[in-house]
Amino acid sequence: MGSYILRRLGYMAVTLLIVTILGYIIIELPPGSYVESEVERLRAQGGNLTQGQIDALYRRYGLDKPEYVRFWLWISAFVRGDFGQAFAYNLPVSQIIFDRLGLTLAFSLSSLVFSWVVAIAAGVYSATHRYTLPDYVIAVLQFIGLAVPNFLLALVLMVFAQNVFHMQVAGLFSSQYVDAPWSIAKVLDLLNHLWIPIIVIGASNTAWLSRVMRANLLDVLNMQYVQTARAKGLTENVVVWKHAFRNAIHPLIMVLGSSLPGIISGETIVAIVLNLPTTGPIYFNALIQKDMYLAGAFLVFLAIALLIGNLGADILLAWVDPRIRYE
Amino acid sequence: MENAVTSAPQLPSAVDEPVSEVGQLSQWTLIRMRFARNRLAMIGMVGLIFMYALVFLGPFVAPNEYTYQNQDYIFGGPSEFTFTGSDGSFGLFMYGTTSVLDSKAFKFIVTKDENMKLPVQLFVKGDPYTLLGVINTDVHLFGVDAASKQRVYLMGADSLGRDMFARTLIGGQISMTIGLVGVAISIVLGSVLGTTSGYFMGLADDVIQRIIEVISSFPTIPLWAALAAALPPISESFTALDRYFLITVVLSFVGWTGLARQLRAKVTAYRTSDFCQAAVAAGSTDRRIIFTHMLPNAASHIIVSAALSIPGMILGETALSFLGLGILPPMVSWGALLRDSQQVSVIIQYPWLLIPGVAVVIAVMLFSFLGDGLRDAVDPYSI
Repeated sequence: MGSYILRRLGYMAVTLLIVTILGYIIIELPPGSYVESEVERLRAQGGNLTQGQIDALYRRYGLDKPEYVRFWLWISAFVRGDFGQAFAYNLPVSQIIFDRLGLTLAFSLSSLVFSWVVAIAAGVYSATHRYTLPDYVIAVLQFIGLAVPNFLLALVLMVFAQNVFHMQVAGLFSSQYVDAPWSIAKVLDLLNHLWIPIIVIGASNTAWLSRVMRANLLDVLNMQYVQTARAKGLTENVVVWKHAFRNAIHPLIMVLGSSLPGIISGETIVAIVLNLPTTGPIYFNALIQKDMYLAGAFLVFLAIALLIGNLGADILLAWVDPRIRYE
Repeated sequence: MENAVTSAPQLPSAVDEPVSEVGQLSQWTLIRMRFARNRLAMIGMVGLIFMYALVFLGPFVAPNEYTYQNQDYIFGGPSEFTFTGSDGSFGLFMYGTTSVLDSKAFKFIVTKDENMKLPVQLFVKGDPYTLLGVINTDVHLFGVDAASKQRVYLMGADSLGRDMFARTLIGGQISMTIGLVGVAISIVLGSVLGTTSGYFMGLADDVIQRIIEVISSFPTIPLWAALAAALPPISESFTALDRYFLITVVLSFVGWTGLARQLRAKVTAYRTSDFCQAAVAAGSTDRRIIFTHMLPNAASHIIVSAALSIPGMILGETALSFLGLGILPPMVSWGALLRDSQQVSVIIQYPWLLIPGVAVVIAVMLFSFLGDGLRDAVDPYSI
């Protein structure tokens, strides 16, 4: 197990290096340098920059140096925790990024848990009740869950919540609680705002996972050892959960790593519609305004979060399936 | 020798020997038969053909031209219809509307005129348009008499009084082709890189696998958005059409990785198979082995994986355009149309602005039906 984790860590280091290179390329992609646009912006605000200030900016970002030197400047600053300046906010990127990143991960992980719980329940139910009405209903819901863009689902649920329950679900708190001190009412209000994002972000993943779960369990239920278990006179519950389910869960753990990117990317766009203070709104705004240091740092951090998630999924899989450890 | 071959007796089976039908069906015929038996897959295929026809004949099908701005119909709702005319006759009639200034809210409100009933006619003259880029005409499939100064709005109008039905159809031309073009690029990239990786192994394999791992370790929509943000703004030298093609390139930048992975697995499995070993022993070149032995075998998998990745691309384009990073005005796509409905208050007042979203859902579902059907059809072990 130890050597397996070490090998995986080695791969991850290489991937991490390439991720930062790709992140840097993306920062450099838009035409025109960020310093030029920054100078333009400062001039437009009426502040007159001296040539010395402009030169200082150029030196700070090494714009007079070749590409690889600039990459080195960026990456060495990055490792030291200096991610550059977010021009539109006039703040260091690091100040903007961390609480938002944490909230994004919190939402993504809760959605992941939600989608697993629902997907396993729905998948097992529809596999054990094949070709019954609930199975067809679940199948229809799965197709819809996969086909509805999540921002559209968010919009529809918001309209629904507003028209039926008369509640404002955008943001994390209702307006009267935003600046209020913490109280039980505020916590309840927060919980009221959490369920829509969690359902919306997890919807397509739930639909997909429950289909995988159903197909796997159906395969396993045809195995002879399941028949043996039934012949032994075990109750159907024990047959399904103890014998069949344990062998059908592997593919789900295997796709855990690959379902993380979908969830995080869903979170970023849902956050815009639901007005959540997570990475999404700032990230896409930064892209539209070509505030590339901010955008690049977000992108690299999201990728790092995913790499760690993948590592976790791989270790989990190696733990439940010895065949992988000894490959 | 030549003579000996040509004078060989004809096979007797052509005369009267009964032949088993099954053995003579080719792989592709079997796939077609299995596909045709799958009801959902057929719904997907027929539905998609219908949708493509609808969007490409859009200017003809829609009663209005999609850029026409009707000052008297700003945020007007879907037209209302009745089956009895003012003189009691039977037929399809549309209620006329008038635009009234609401002095409190200070905006024009479109109200139904119960007394004005206009017969809906087929093949009426209306706004001029060019169909499929060649036919210049002004005949629309249906509508009301242009002299009445009234227009049919099946799905209401947007903030500038433009017909949402026409805009949804025209937007479909972009949204429903962007996935196809993107997948075509993904197929080429994925096939070349996947085959190279699986067939030649070694350093090329390592490099390609690493690249795939890196690309798939980014969350898709943020990565797409970052690439799309790097595209230059629309200008004289960079037209909306150029942007459309570059967006497809951006989408396939992520799309090829899945296909390359699957193809690599296939090709590595074929490498050790008997038929490839035989080809190697017979002295076939790499090119011949790849193109005549491996790719035809993998063709069905390529098609299936392509079909299954189209929905993701359509959803991707919709999300990008919704964020304002994909298709930009003056071009319209479903995502770009949904951009008008980012505010909940707007949707509650004018719910028809969400209709392009319904179109997205239908198209994606039909593509998923088709893809699932194809996947089941090419699997030789399915019943």
